[in-house]
Amino acid sequence: MTATLLKIFVPFGVIMQIVPVLIWLERKGAAYIQDRRGPNRASIAGVRLGGLIHSLADVVKLIFKEDIWPTQANRLIYALAPFIAMSVACVTFAVIPWAAPLNLSSGTMSLQALDFNTGILFIFAIASIGVYGIMMAGWGSNNKFSLLGGLRASAQMVSYELTLSLSVVGVLMLAGSVELGSIVADQGSEVWTWNLVRQPLGFILFVVAAFAETNRTPFDLAEAEAELVAGYHTEYSSLKFALFFMAEYVNMIIASALMATLFLGGWQVPFAGTEFLRDHASNIFYYGLLAFGLFSILVGGFLALRRTKVPWKDARRFEGKILGIPALVVGIGLIFWQFTQGPVVLGTLGSQATAAILQFSVFLGKILFFCWVFIWVRWTLPRFRYDQLMALGWKVMLPLALINLVVTAVAVLIL
Amino acid sequence: MTAEIDQLKAKPTVLNLGPSHPAMHGTLRLYCELDGEIIVKAIPEFGYLHRGFEKHCENSTYTQCIPYTDRLNYVSAMMNNVGFCKAVEELMDIELPERVQVIRVIICEINRIIDHLVCTGTNIVDIGALTNFWYYFNVREKFYNIIEKLCGARLTTAYTRIGGLMRDVYDGFEAEVRACLKEMLDALDDVSGLIGKNRIFLNRTIDVGVISAEKALSFGFTGPCLRASGVPFDVRKDTPYYDYENYDWDVAVGEHGDTYDRVVVRFEEMRQSTRIIEQALAKLKPGPIMTDDKRAALPPKEEVYTNIEALMNHFKIIYEGVRPPEGEIYSATEAANGELGFFIVSDGTGTPYRVKCRPPCFPIYQAYASMCEGGMISDAIAILGGLNVVAGELDR
Repeated sequence: MTATLLKIFVPFGVIMQIVPVLIWLERKGAAYIQDRRGPNRASIAGVRLGGLIHSLADVVKLIFKEDIWPTQANRLIYALAPFIAMSVACVTFAVIPWAAPLNLSSGTMSLQALDFNTGILFIFAIASIGVYGIMMAGWGSNNKFSLLGGLRASAQMVSYELTLSLSVVGVLMLAGSVELGSIVADQGSEVWTWNLVRQPLGFILFVVAAFAETNRTPFDLAEAEAELVAGYHTEYSSLKFALFFMAEYVNMIIASALMATLFLGGWQVPFAGTEFLRDHASNIFYYGLLAFGLFSILVGGFLALRRTKVPWKDARRFEGKILGIPALVVGIGLIFWQFTQGPVVLGTLGSQATAAILQFSVFLGKILFFCWVFIWVRWTLPRFRYDQLMALGWKVMLPLALINLVVTAVAVLIL
Repeated sequence: MTAEIDQLKAKPTVLNLGPSHPAMHGTLRLYCELDGEIIVKAIPEFGYLHRGFEKHCENSTYTQCIPYTDRLNYVSAMMNNVGFCKAVEELMDIELPERVQVIRVIICEINRIIDHLVCTGTNIVDIGALTNFWYYFNVREKFYNIIEKLCGARLTTAYTRIGGLMRDVYDGFEAEVRACLKEMLDALDDVSGLIGKNRIFLNRTIDVGVISAEKALSFGFTGPCLRASGVPFDVRKDTPYYDYENYDWDVAVGEHGDTYDRVVVRFEEMRQSTRIIEQALAKLKPGPIMTDDKRAALPPKEEVYTNIEALMNHFKIIYEGVRPPEGEIYSATEAANGELGFFIVSDGTGTPYRVKCRPPCFPIYQAYASMCEGGMISDAIAILGGLNVVAGELDR
């Protein structure tokens, strides 16, 4: 029972913690792509965390904003839409495995909230419901811009879902399963057996379709600022808007997680299988902590010794000291402790947990990498036009996905 | 089945874009009748930024009109100053010193570059690529620093005076302009690299908002929008002023008259403006920055204090204004958007009897509806950005 609750809330908590980081990454990344500095003003007792506090300030701002209801809106649909958008986005993460299954005395425990044997189908099923959130927002607001945004979004998501599903079928045939755990296990830890190498066309199609599914540039027609003001969420304010805003980022995380799971080996650590990790868990633990200690000494030293241009008497002046000195202390303490103690011998459970944590971190790294790709693309490419988007979806991507499917099927049959 | 569908009564959706809409730069407004996303019929409306510029001028002296002209095309304010002063000077038959002419050429071309930066930058933003906008605006900021140093204001410049300039350029002006131009060319290369071969951008702009040369001429297009349709008309070449005929530069001409050509023509014009500025900087020789014509130029301060005639002259110019002879004049300059003309009727007093401004984007905006009909909403936005309609100039 506890384990199940943990398995539900830990990934959920992790996603919810990544969202503000992603928003920060988007702003800061956009700023550096565009030759500017990005957010760096909001601070708590002088700590800015390079603009990360802005996300917190945004949350506080959005909570206290007036919640405006358009007079002519269909109140039920209007209110329901953001909840659907957000909850659907969150539910999907339940079936994504985030580390190798643990071998306990009571049996194997897979590290995913829902160990479905139809994992990928569940994801597609739930993701389709996500369209309703946007459609209802578009319809319920009683605003023509919202309506057009909702129409665009639903047409786009329905069209690209086909490609999205078809591009995955190749992967499913290779793995012989629709269960995400076995798809990951099937890919193995060697980089060249990952589906990225075995299914390059499928990967590209999946990435493009995932961009369209998440309504991100170049497929952000549903909220095209210049055309539709803000698209389907034009009329939303306060926390209802925040839900849409967060749902966009959660969707990004889910899409990245799926890309990592299906094509980049999920939780697989490159060139180190689960058995290898578990056998060497003690050393990994020892050297991992040493490396972390060294890292925090370097970062802490840099922060503590850095000169700042912030005006005198400003609390932000002490940011480097506030963050740097504790990091230095922690780093030195860790290294001292590890050196005096030497490598500890971890038990079965300990070594499994160490391996799982390492795998989870690698998985998180892969997710963040794809999230960065999302951001990078957004600030590079212009936006499609509605008819061009449809033409691309139906006339280019769908045939390519079918060709990929046939070729994979023939290859699987022959080999 | 189709017959039944045809018989159904369907009301067209009417979408109101503007006057406060992210892509309607300034306060433009477009009523569209939609069939799905396709614009069946469009009615552009304007007048939300009407300030009564022409009427204001009738109650001000000629010099007092100059600050009003800043607000015409506020994206390239100095060109309006130059245009108005040139009209009055022609009415009074004032010969400008060479230094004034060269400085006016330099500031005009700098403002043309700024205007094109804003126009193409926002056009690309409306198409969805925000990054290019920042590459442009970082450079634009540097240009505005130069303008600020030159006349103390960034937007409301009022830099020219009838018969000359407000003040001379500052020390180090040439070097700063050259450095800025280099940065501008780098930014131009960056943006061209980002969008030049981008399939999405090409799809969004090529064959969008096409206007043929005949149609453009019959609407009264001038400037980059006309040249994008393939007509090499440029006031600077065809009726040269300020010695433009002696500069070595080419007129950028497009071919198809679509949004893509309008963007590319502006890119090329920025490069050509750079050439003109380089040559003008080389020509910049020390000299007076005001004509010696006593009808327009204020007498030197020491003479005002020592000479009664100079004192009276000073008093008359300040109180009654510059007094052109009775008559009328139409004078045009090539502003960033096209031919900026001022028609001035003088009754011999210090205030103009009538001032009529011919803003280049007025005829261009008239063609906007016919250009976006049959296209989609996204096209209407992409076209509007390329036409560079500035509400301040349109509504006056």
